[in-house]
Amino acid sequence: MGLTITEKIFSEHAGREVRAGEIVEVPIDMVIGNDITTPISIKAFKDSGAKKLANPDGFSIVLDHFIPAKDIASANQAKISREFAWEHDLKNFFDEKDMGIEHALLPEKGLVVPGDIIIGADSHTCTHGALGAFATGMGSTDLAYAMITGGNWFKVPETIKVIFNGELQPYVTGKDLILEVIRQIGVDGALYQALEFVGTTIDTLDMDSRFSLCNMAIEAGAKSGIVAVDDITREFLKEKNLARPSKEFYSDADANYIQTIEIDVSKLEPVIAYPHLPSNGHSLSQAISDDIKVDQVFIGSCTNGRLSDIETAAKIVKGKKVARHTRMIVTPATQKIMEDASRLGYIKDLVDAGAVVSNPTCGACLGGYMGILADDEVAISTTNRNFVGRMGARSSKIYLSNSAVAAASAIAGKIASPDSI
Amino acid sequence: MAKLEGKVWRFGENIDTDLIIAARYLNTSDPYKLAEHVMEDARPEFASSLSKGDIIVAGANFGSGSSREHAPIALKYAGVSAVVASSFARIFYRNSFNMGLPIFEIDSVDEIDEGSKLSIDMDSGVIKNLDNGKEYKFKPIPEFMQKLVNAGGLINYAKEKLEKEA
Repeated sequence: MGLTITEKIFSEHAGREVRAGEIVEVPIDMVIGNDITTPISIKAFKDSGAKKLANPDGFSIVLDHFIPAKDIASANQAKISREFAWEHDLKNFFDEKDMGIEHALLPEKGLVVPGDIIIGADSHTCTHGALGAFATGMGSTDLAYAMITGGNWFKVPETIKVIFNGELQPYVTGKDLILEVIRQIGVDGALYQALEFVGTTIDTLDMDSRFSLCNMAIEAGAKSGIVAVDDITREFLKEKNLARPSKEFYSDADANYIQTIEIDVSKLEPVIAYPHLPSNGHSLSQAISDDIKVDQVFIGSCTNGRLSDIETAAKIVKGKKVARHTRMIVTPATQKIMEDASRLGYIKDLVDAGAVVSNPTCGACLGGYMGILADDEVAISTTNRNFVGRMGARSSKIYLSNSAVAAASAIAGKIASPDSI
Repeated sequence: MAKLEGKVWRFGENIDTDLIIAARYLNTSDPYKLAEHVMEDARPEFASSLSKGDIIVAGANFGSGSSREHAPIALKYAGVSAVVASSFARIFYRNSFNMGLPIFEIDSVDEIDEGSKLSIDMDSGVIKNLDNGKEYKFKPIPEFMQKLVNAGGLINYAKEKLEKEA
């Protein structure tokens, strides 16, 4: 019996062949903390009596959730990470001047590499699986353990193989693929398991869509999502100064999968996840016939704040105006994306149409700041969670979608097809 | 290990970390401040009416969503003595364990009503409903995690490791 890509990555790190179900303690290539989760890790690190990081170059702190500080408490919280970063002369410390949402920023900087084991005290760490790496979210104490020892313990996960075949319809993206998977298997359908994405659709899927796809593996309860390296990945990595040599692993033809799901995407429409679970997916045509008026449109986050998202949105709204009773907020995920979008004229198109373009931050997605919903308001958002109260008031409602549908909805003032704009 | 006893608060399925502690309160990691807002968006009266030692009983996928360790911290410092659910989200499971919040998996959570009194015997692995005498065996903690418990938690385990290497 062969091995899955995930079993191979763990085997390489463990120095012996390991299979799903085994507990292994392995070194970690990149450990990621942010302004919210790292302070608890720093406290545990200090309480342990540790003086030095086990692997300083394999530790990143990205201040992205509530930075630039939204209030005094957030400022004080960020200060804890800043002081720790200076004290340890941390190379991979990302503050305001080169800020970005961690799961967009680290791949951009070449700090996460194919074949890596990556943990982050952020549940969307699974995003990095798009690079053929094993990446998973953990809590702050587990992060501290990795800061102290350079590794951590894992139960090697079983894998669900998800095969996407067929050609995508216009305006259907990686976001729709993962929303469709979650619609089919539910928010705990992949609990403790890895989702491995393969098939002819994946063979031509661009990196931005692959990041969106892996990003929401956690919304099905999965430990990780993964796409093996191919020429599209290699092209993405080509110009980057990689932190480590890339290691490519591929599942064996006779690898063991706990489940296989096949999805023919050729007839798949954009998927809209209705309140209050990401698994509550409906087709765009259904949403259009439900006539859903929106107060706010949000485009951004670690799911859909990349250059192609900004480009898509800008092209749809160019020369038009955001509907009178609707607000549109666009948050490019990193400073580089902001710069590229600006150079390419996308920011101007968005602002001309009436959108507000913000600094990179996780803020709006988790109801932190920069776009909080009022009582009973309705939003369509390119983010990853539509839980009760996620983006603001407990009575607000969130519909999740891709960037094209969100942009079209801003112009229409209700959930709309990009074709109708 | 001791016995836990407390009154039950019932919650449904997919109680996510935003319901346990909303992100608007994550500008601090002060456990007592977090505890003031625990479960606020699920049941606004929860934090103020909770008695120390109370037990949460919930459906599947408790703790889904974010990796915030603030969630088990808020529950623990609010006085919740244990969470019993039919299943837990992966990161929450590990975090609770690291934070010392006892959590237990049983299948028949639907038989346990709001307000009933439970007793949890951590040694024998039995949860007893003191109102009707019904007993439930909870699923054992994975062996490796038991090793961490014996070491006094993950950070103590790290300390031991550092000392061995020194």
